[in-house]
Amino acid sequence: MAHQKISLKVNGMDHELMVEPRLLLVHCLRDVLRLTGTHIGCETSHCGACTVHLDGKAIKSCSLFAVQAHGREVTTVEGLEQDGTLHPIQEGFWQEHGLQCGFCTPGMMMAATAFLKDHPQPTEDEIRVAISGNLCRCTGYMNIVKSIQYAAAKLRQGG
Amino acid sequence: MIPPSFEYYAPTTVEEAIGLLQQLGPEAKILSGGMSLIPLMRLRLAAPSYLIDINRIAGLAEIKETDGFLRIGALTREAELEHSDLVRSKYPILMETAAVIGDPLVRNRATVGGNLAHADPANDHPATMLALAAEVVATGPKGQRSIPMTSFFTGFFATALDPDEILTEIRIPLPPLHSGGAYVKLERKVGDFATAGVAAQLTLDRGGVCEQVRIGLTNVDQTPIQARQAEEVMRGKRIEPDMVRRAAQLAAEASDPNADLRGSVEYKRDLVRVLTIRALNRALERARRGT
Repeated sequence: MAHQKISLKVNGMDHELMVEPRLLLVHCLRDVLRLTGTHIGCETSHCGACTVHLDGKAIKSCSLFAVQAHGREVTTVEGLEQDGTLHPIQEGFWQEHGLQCGFCTPGMMMAATAFLKDHPQPTEDEIRVAISGNLCRCTGYMNIVKSIQYAAAKLRQGG
Repeated sequence: MIPPSFEYYAPTTVEEAIGLLQQLGPEAKILSGGMSLIPLMRLRLAAPSYLIDINRIAGLAEIKETDGFLRIGALTREAELEHSDLVRSKYPILMETAAVIGDPLVRNRATVGGNLAHADPANDHPATMLALAAEVVATGPKGQRSIPMTSFFTGFFATALDPDEILTEIRIPLPPLHSGGAYVKLERKVGDFATAGVAAQLTLDRGGVCEQVRIGLTNVDQTPIQARQAEEVMRGKRIEPDMVRRAAQLAAEASDPNADLRGSVEYKRDLVRVLTIRALNRALERARRGT
């Protein structure tokens, strides 16, 4: 099948790629751009391990073709840390023990950061709804919620 | 889980998209939010030869009240519907529907038009749109035509859309004063399809008599269905609690669900009864409050 030329901005870097239309964004990120922080879990849009930002909105990259992202901006978990400084959400997961095996963590952090942009002072319930499309099989979610609360507080103080 | 190969088109106008549908024929499929289609392709349950991605067409994602209708562009994302101030203040039934579709991340992509055009009897918008007496606008080579919701779903995953038509808008007649609606769904977990869902919309007159009532049911038949006999119990009468119970019983009897992991036939029918009571009571309360 004919490849198509697409341009993507990923974590601030421009890329021009030749891709098959059936290449999913998550495979494009992992296998073509070697950004393996974005994980593949269920592959059917249930688990949220593959969550990234597309033009600032959290989406599941297993359910979008890379060609659909042509001309658009993608942020992955690798784009959170800036100049060697952890993003408040990363610091939150570290301080509050928000992960055990870590498989869901990149998706959780991407869902959380998109959510916190619009909800600087979230309630616990709002946080739980915001991550309801992201499954964690280790933590029971308690510490993930605390990690997001930590990040919200830190972001309110200006990061 | 790699989807089968296909050719990809991304038209920027409705006309261009219709031209592609005509040119490519029945092996072409419209890609909207993709939240059903892409997983189906990954599971190889769908293998279209051509995908026509309508996401780059401008002007198909507006929510507005004009000319006696609430108009919802087909490309409106569920998240936009859920968080729209207009919808939240005046159409809580639509907000409740959008808020239980998929999960928050899925709702950033999933579209209202796709939820209807996919015609999955387990999807949530069909029941609500039946209750709201909505119509859809189908745009094809000969222009636009309107299809009432009651004749839109023609079978299992089948609609009245012609192969060269695209669903471009949903139109809901503006509800009269003293109208209210509600959507109640039971799901095993966030992101699951409904075990059953019930949408109810009703209008009272000044004396509190039920002028109009419609009830739509999710995932209890081969298509989304309207519980017409249940409605008849209440239409033209002052609604009393025993009438609600009788209507709920008839809605349960109108259901023809399949037994699956979500429950037995008997369980699902009884669930329809319980959810109908809840949906009607909430709709009544809203109609009495005037929203």
